[in-house]
Amino acid sequence: MEGWDPNTKSTLTQIPLLSTKAGPRDGAAWTQRLKEEYKSLIAYTSMNKSKDNDWFRISAANPEGTRWIGKCWYVHNLLKYEFDLQFDIPVTYPSTAPEIELPQLDGKTHKMYRGGKICLTVHFKPLWAKNCPRFGIAHALCLGLAPWLAAEVPILVDSGMIKHKDDIASASES
Amino acid sequence: MEAELKEMLTDLDTLKRSLPDHPSLNSSIDKMQLRVEHLTNLAKSAPGRRLKVKDMSAEVVDSNPYSRLMALQRMGIVENYERIREFSVAIVGIGGVGSVAAEMLTRCGIGRLLLYDYDKVELANMNRLFFRPEQVGMTKTDAAVQTLSDINPDVVLESYTLNITTLQGFETFMSSLKNKTFCPSKQGIGVDLVLSCVDNYEARMVVNQACNELNQTWMESGVSEDAVSGHIQLLIPGETACFACAPPLVVASGVDERTLKREGVCAASLPTTMGVVAGLLVQNTLKYLLKFGYVSPYLGYNALKDYFPTMEMKPNPQCSNAACLERQNEYILAKPARDAAAKAKKEEASEPDSLKDKINVLDDSERNITLLQESETSLPKSATLSLIASITILMEGFVPSNPEVDSLADAQIRLSLAMEVLDLNLIKQRLDHLNAL
Ligand SMILES: [Zn+2]
Repeated sequence: MEGWDPNTKSTLTQIPLLSTKAGPRDGAAWTQRLKEEYKSLIAYTSMNKSKDNDWFRISAANPEGTRWIGKCWYVHNLLKYEFDLQFDIPVTYPSTAPEIELPQLDGKTHKMYRGGKICLTVHFKPLWAKNCPRFGIAHALCLGLAPWLAAEVPILVDSGMIKHKDDIASASES
Repeated sequence: MEAELKEMLTDLDTLKRSLPDHPSLNSSIDKMQLRVEHLTNLAKSAPGRRLKVKDMSAEVVDSNPYSRLMALQRMGIVENYERIREFSVAIVGIGGVGSVAAEMLTRCGIGRLLLYDYDKVELANMNRLFFRPEQVGMTKTDAAVQTLSDINPDVVLESYTLNITTLQGFETFMSSLKNKTFCPSKQGIGVDLVLSCVDNYEARMVVNQACNELNQTWMESGVSEDAVSGHIQLLIPGETACFACAPPLVVASGVDERTLKREGVCAASLPTTMGVVAGLLVQNTLKYLLKFGYVSPYLGYNALKDYFPTMEMKPNPQCSNAACLERQNEYILAKPARDAAAKAKKEEASEPDSLKDKINVLDDSERNITLLQESETSLPKSATLSLIASITILMEGFVPSNPEVDSLADAQIRLSLAMEVLDLNLIKQRLDHLNAL
C-alpha cells in the first residue's frame, strides 16, 4: 500500500470489510450489501468518535439506497469548516467506486471535476478495484475524502477561496 | 442579419434606459423588443434549411448532398451505400470526440443517432470542435441536435440528457437501446452499434455493462489526459475482450486506465487529437456497418511519435463481469455453427466471382487480411493463452499489491459474516442514531 500515509493505512485496516458483491440492480443481494455498508459505516463512525476524530455524517437519502447525502468537516487553525457531502451509487457498484461530491466547493479548486466531484489520487482506483467487493462507502470516505480534505481545505482557507462561517456572519453585520 | 437584429435589441434597450419612466412608452418598446426577438428566431431557422431527401441519389449535381458518398458505390468501395439509412448508432458522451463523431455520421447520412450526455456546453469546451460560443449554457444534447438537424434533416435524432452511471439513467439508457420502432425488422436490439465517447472509467464500465447484458457490439474511444495519445477499440461481447477483461490503455501503453483523469479542469485537451480519434472511430464504424475494408479490433494513436499500434484481445475467462462470462460461454457453444458458416463462405468465395474481378485493385489488401485470419485460426490456443497471460502480467504489474489488506481481509470477512443479521432498517436507524449524537 505505497502512496498512503500511515494514519490512513491504519484506519483503513480497522474498518470492517464487506463480502456481498451486489449493486443497486441486484434486488435482495443489494439489500444485503446495504446492511453491510451500514455496519461498516457504524463501525467507522464509532471508531472516529472514540478517537475524537468525528468528521462526517452520511446516510441514504432514498429507500433504494442509491443516493447518499450528509456533511463532512475539517478543522484548520482551530476553526471548523463544514461542507455538504453527496454521491450516487453507480450501477456498476461495487466494481466502480462512488464519485464523492462536495457541491459547495465546485469551481473553487483545481482538484475537482465539474459538478464538485473530488479528484482522487492515482492510488485510489487500483486499490479499490483490487479490493472489490470488500471495500464499501466507509472505505471510499477514508481513502478518498479524508485525505482530500486534509490536503485541500488548508489551501482553500489560506488562499481565501473559502471563509469560516463566523467570518461571513461578522462581515455581513459590519 | 442576426447580428443586425442583435444590435437593434441593444439599441432598444439603450433607448428604454435613457427615457424617463413612462409606462405606455416602455410597454411599446417592450413589444418592439419581443418582435425583434421573434424575427431573430425566424432568421435563425429560415434560410439555408434544406428539405428532407426521400432517396439517396448518385446524381452528381450541386444540390445533391449525397453524390460524393454514393460515388463510393460506383468505385466499388462500398456495395450498397444507401443501407446507411437503415442504421441506428448510439453515441454516449457528446464531448470532444462524441460531438465530432456525431457530425461525421450525420454528414454521412446515418439513419438514426441516439445522443447521451448530462453536461452543458461551457466556454472551456471552445478549444474543441463542434460546439459554438453562442451555445454556452445549453445542454450538449440540445446543442448537438440544433446543429445536426441543420446540417442534415434526414437523420433521425434522439437526445437523452441523463447520467448513465445512475440507476435511473441506466434504466432509460437500456430501454432506449432496446427500442425497435425505427426499424422493427432488424435483428438484435434497436441499435446497430454503440459508440462510447465518454471521458472516464466509471462511465466506460457502465457502457460495458449495458453492452455485455444486451449482447451488443460497441466501440470504445479515448484520449489520454495529456491530450497526446488516444485509441479506439471494437468490443464484441463474448468474442473479444470486454472493457472489464482488460482496460485497453493498460495493454497498449502500460498506463492503468483507472488512474487516468477525465477531461475538464484536471486534464489537457487538443482539438487535433480528439478530431483524429473521432475520425478513426467513425471510419471503423462505417467499415463495420457498410461491410468494407478491415475493421480494426484495436487501434492506438501516439501523437508524439505518430505511432499507431494495433492488436487483438481475447476475452479473459476470469473476467469479473458476470454478463461477459455468459457471452463467452455462448460464443464457445456457437463455435460449430460458426465454423460451418465460415466453411460455406470459403467454398462460395473459391468459385469464380465476376464482381470480384471487376474490383481487382482491392484484392491485395483483402488477401492479406484473409491470410492474417487464417494464421490466427491455425494456432489458436497457445497464442490466445500467451496473450491473456501477458495481459494478466501487465495488469498485475500495475495494480499495487497490498498483502497487508489481503490477509486482513479474509479475517474480517469472516468476522462480518459472524455478525448478527439485522433488518436493514434497524441498521440504518443505528447509523442515524449515531449520527445524531
Ligand atoms: Zn470481460
